[in-house]
Amino acid sequence: MQKRSLSFYLLLAFFCLFVLFLYGPRSTIFMLSMQGPDGALTFPMRGFSFYWLGQVFQEQRVGNFIEPFMRSLLLGIAVMAITITASVLASMGFRQRFKGSTVIFYMTIASLIVPSILVSLGIGVVFQVMGWPTNWFTSGLGAHLTWTLPIAFLIMLGIFNRFDPAYEEAARDLGASDPKTFWEIVLPLIAPSLLGVGLLTFTLSYDEFTRTSLVSGQNNTLPLEIFGMTTNVTSPALYALGTLTTVFSASIILIAFFAYSAVVKRQRGQA
Amino acid sequence: MSATWKTFKPYALITPQTLVFLLFLVFPIVMIGVVSFWEFTGYSMVPAFTLDNYQGIFTSDVTFKTYLNTFKFLGLVWLATLLIGYPVAYFIAFHVPKLEWQILLFLVCTIPFWTSNIIRMISWVPLLGREGLVNQVLLGGGLIQQPLEFLLYSDFAVVLGMVHLYIIFMIAPIFNSLMRIERSLITAAEDLGASGLQIFKEVILPLSAPGIAIGSIFIVTLVMGEFVTVRLMGGGQSASVGKLIQTQIGSLQYPLAAANAMVLLAVTMLIIVSVLRVLDIRKEL
Repeated sequence: MQKRSLSFYLLLAFFCLFVLFLYGPRSTIFMLSMQGPDGALTFPMRGFSFYWLGQVFQEQRVGNFIEPFMRSLLLGIAVMAITITASVLASMGFRQRFKGSTVIFYMTIASLIVPSILVSLGIGVVFQVMGWPTNWFTSGLGAHLTWTLPIAFLIMLGIFNRFDPAYEEAARDLGASDPKTFWEIVLPLIAPSLLGVGLLTFTLSYDEFTRTSLVSGQNNTLPLEIFGMTTNVTSPALYALGTLTTVFSASIILIAFFAYSAVVKRQRGQA
Repeated sequence: MSATWKTFKPYALITPQTLVFLLFLVFPIVMIGVVSFWEFTGYSMVPAFTLDNYQGIFTSDVTFKTYLNTFKFLGLVWLATLLIGYPVAYFIAFHVPKLEWQILLFLVCTIPFWTSNIIRMISWVPLLGREGLVNQVLLGGGLIQQPLEFLLYSDFAVVLGMVHLYIIFMIAPIFNSLMRIERSLITAAEDLGASGLQIFKEVILPLSAPGIAIGSIFIVTLVMGEFVTVRLMGGGQSASVGKLIQTQIGSLQYPLAAANAMVLLAVTMLIIVSVLRVLDIRKEL
């Protein structure tokens, strides 16, 4: 065991403060959402109960959260399906050099780093000029894809970088066609990574706000609904909803992580 | 398998993704450019070719001040994310011994990023509000007589909120470039008698510069177009270019909003190009 230097302890303390900074504020709304029925928006906590968590599922004066949640859920699943399909295909295309690959690559990066408000405004303007109504499942879907697709594509590029082409060559030498090689060799090998990327994509879409904000149309997705609540809701129901949706996203991420490492371990055990 | 299929195959594979980007990224931005020359009649936009929108922007005092304020946010957020993010990334990369632990600690930093930004901002209210925890503690301890007003709904709160939301975009690229540094380089420097500070200045810092550059680019693009944090945490007091554009869209002044967006895009690209001038990131890609 090497001797720890002073800088180690200083940096450790700094890191702990940072984690507190990241998670501290969140834990305050967790606590406040578990107050008794006469709870308020600030400390001290007034009693302890699950009253406000239950309230989220009741019909609210300010709106109904089940419908926006269902919309976000459906949209997340659609975004996930399209993102996975398109990014797997595209990253496989990038395993071979081709003319114009640099342009396509920079277009992908641009999608990630163009200020979000331009994407939202741009899609809004296109729909306005064309006379189409904006909707969460048309313009909203497009806005989400500009955010999830580049991230998934970059991760997939990394996955295929480490992918050994010898497996496919062996399959081809044995006479397998391209689609057969993909379904029977490539897909099973990248499946655990796809699971991870898919769940990450889902949560990115589920929590997306800025790009959707101007183009969601009449019916809000859940983050937009919550944003609307911040101006007119003065009960801990707001915190309770925040707690529930955070727990939902965080569990999906944890499931993704643990499922991924479990599958990888099992594959290693078999090999 | 025919040779034509082999050359054609990558193009077939990238088609779906490229179509998405053409449809929802390239075409919309081209349309913003087109509409920025259109006229606004008071209730709708009319195809035309006028420079009035741009003229309005470049001669307006309000726009100038808004840009100054946005740059102020950018500068403060950039500095804070770098000064906080670098030590955090450095700690995980160089002071945590096992790879499993490094991944776990990095994951701890990453999880909040995958959850709702709106909720993360609301979380500050019970802490920083007029009757929030911070003020209660300070009042109770007798340190202040009046609750501190600047904690929430102020420029301070906006910067705090953005640092909290976006710091992972600085940490991840820096962590990535720190992890790639060959450990034997550091041993070699130690053997040659370099002090800890010298090793950091001469070896680690230059080798992590591309990570800093990538992180900085993310911060620039995130902060320049920012309007949600400015609205929620600034409480209507703070101004930013993104919020200006959003307000103009709210009143259906699409041509003006489009012109503003084009200027914003140009300014953002200018900053990114200057970052790339100073720091080369090609090795990282």
